[in-house]
Amino acid sequence: MSLLELDDVKVHFPIKRGVLFDRTIGHVYAVDGISLSVSAGQTYGLVGESGCGKTTLGRAILRLNDITSGRVLFDGTDLAALPDEEMRQSRRRLQMIFQDPLGSLNPRQNIESILAEGMAAHGIGASREERRVKINEILERVGLPAGALSRYPHEFSGGQRQRIGIARALVLEPDLIICDEPVSALDVSIQAQVLNLLEELQDAMGLTYVVIAHDLAVVRHISDVIGVMYLGALVEEAPSDSLYAEPRHPYTRALMSAVPVPDPDLEDTRERILLRGDLPSPASPPTGCRFHTRCPWRQPERCDTERPELTDIGGGHRVACHYAAEIAEGTIRPTTELAPRILGDAEPESEPPGVPVP
Amino acid sequence: MTTKTAKIDRLAELTARRETATGGSLWAEALRRLRSSKMAMIGGGIMAVFVIIAIVGPWIAPYDPTAQTWRGEVRVNAAVFVGPRGDNWLGLDHLGRDELSRMLVGARQTLLVGVVSTVLGLTIGALIGGVAGAALSFGGAAGRRLDTVLMRFIDMMLAMPSLLLAVSIAAVMGQSLTTVMIAVGVVQIPIFARLLRGSMLAQAGADYVLAARALGVRRRRIVLGHVLPNSLGPVIVQTTLALATAIIEAAALSYLGLGNPDASQPEWGVMLAQAQRFFDQAPMMAVYPALGIIITALGFTLLGEAMREALDPKLRS
Repeated sequence: MSLLELDDVKVHFPIKRGVLFDRTIGHVYAVDGISLSVSAGQTYGLVGESGCGKTTLGRAILRLNDITSGRVLFDGTDLAALPDEEMRQSRRRLQMIFQDPLGSLNPRQNIESILAEGMAAHGIGASREERRVKINEILERVGLPAGALSRYPHEFSGGQRQRIGIARALVLEPDLIICDEPVSALDVSIQAQVLNLLEELQDAMGLTYVVIAHDLAVVRHISDVIGVMYLGALVEEAPSDSLYAEPRHPYTRALMSAVPVPDPDLEDTRERILLRGDLPSPASPPTGCRFHTRCPWRQPERCDTERPELTDIGGGHRVACHYAAEIAEGTIRPTTELAPRILGDAEPESEPPGVPVP
Repeated sequence: MTTKTAKIDRLAELTARRETATGGSLWAEALRRLRSSKMAMIGGGIMAVFVIIAIVGPWIAPYDPTAQTWRGEVRVNAAVFVGPRGDNWLGLDHLGRDELSRMLVGARQTLLVGVVSTVLGLTIGALIGGVAGAALSFGGAAGRRLDTVLMRFIDMMLAMPSLLLAVSIAAVMGQSLTTVMIAVGVVQIPIFARLLRGSMLAQAGADYVLAARALGVRRRRIVLGHVLPNSLGPVIVQTTLALATAIIEAAALSYLGLGNPDASQPEWGVMLAQAQRFFDQAPMMAVYPALGIIITALGFTLLGEAMREALDPKLRS
């Protein structure tokens, strides 16, 4: 049974102008209709490039951003419809780990104060002593020395700070933790430690994670199911192994092909799809398929007029592409205009736009 | 107005831009840098001397500052003035009073006006700015409206030339020491309001505030426990700078004849105004109070500037 279920969630930020009276002159469609579900005890990985709306979505689940429309069902309750005070109370069960471990800790609070704050807000632990017992227990669990209590965030290393952030979430005994780029600010050697810690904690405490990251290796390491986001929408969702073995959406294929392979021969000959152009502005997203402006497999008409739905192609693998099957079969070949370059091959001849290569 | 607001907003940004891992030691580090700054030491030294004189002045003054003891020796009409001499180190004023005693006792009035008016401006300004900042950051649509109303009012005050505003207030409320304090204090309100609001807005966007919200901490606790304490740096700097401005403006009001009418309390601004009539014959009578005002204001400004630099991560070496 799913612990968290998003149903057509949209987060649009109004763009305002005006000196005395604000006029709304447009919207940034940061998250534009996302439906997904996360089972209890599972880790859901959310990947996508910067600006695709993955952080906004993570914050929207906790209602740190206003949700424009849609439902966020957490354990059967629609968080989007909760009054503010009830939402505040339900945050005990939904916690967040932040990207910047130092920035997310108040520089003027010592560790005890940081960890006790959430407990005080939710009435956990009757006295200071009671809370301290609990805090010490958590500190040990995340691998921080007990003497850390009276110290300040700047006295710790990056990895330790992220452990403090994790401990802060854990003291509330949440069910779901949203990890927003939990390791991207850390050294590679520390990244593994923190990821392993997250996995250990998941096993020991039965946690459910939503991990937001741009690093495909990180997400693969930790996730059961992965969702790929592009311009505020999911383009593909699949169990981790299935997605890495067989990416079906052109965008996912391009993403995957950007990950280097630790084998020089394979690295030199494998297919690499180099996307051209920038991410279009989320304030005026392309019509039809959001990806059609950069897609090497783009077909005339349908791709720029009709927005593809996420459709199940078997085994829990969902893709939002009109031609996913044809691309997989090879009946549609990439156009060279948007430069899918197969390294090792000769530089492809230039072709008129939109014409499939036979 | 634009340069003024830009300057204030720039100061407000200072504490928000902490890219290095200073954290809780921000103040400790700022203090360490202050100690090694010549500017801060000189400014602090001047300030300390001034405050001590202001406190003990009446006791160390050699004579009664209001007694016209040497009335006969000064003949204004004949342009006979008495300069520095053994009994009177700074000479006599036009009524035969000891100039040194008047300077020493006058320091207290100057400090009193400076401190009271700055505290007044700081309190009301910080209150308005704090409410506006908190309302805008955490009050939703209603908060945004409240902020707009408050800040347009503040902008109006800021748009008026400060001395003109002070003169108008002093003129409307009549002549008294309280009037001078209120007039000088009111001028400081918009500066503090805008500064604290800007500083709070910068902090409200910080990750740790988001983290506190995610934790489920109540809004009141977020504002009072997280945003406000981290926003006070630039306000403290501005307070030091405002003291200098207040002293100068109080002196200016006194000089313009809007100051304390109570002649039993010597005041540097009043002394300067009175000395101006005899500037041709006895310029030193004007120079002493003027120097007093300049040096004191300089001391506060030096300390304020040094503090601003100590807190500014961009200027770190």
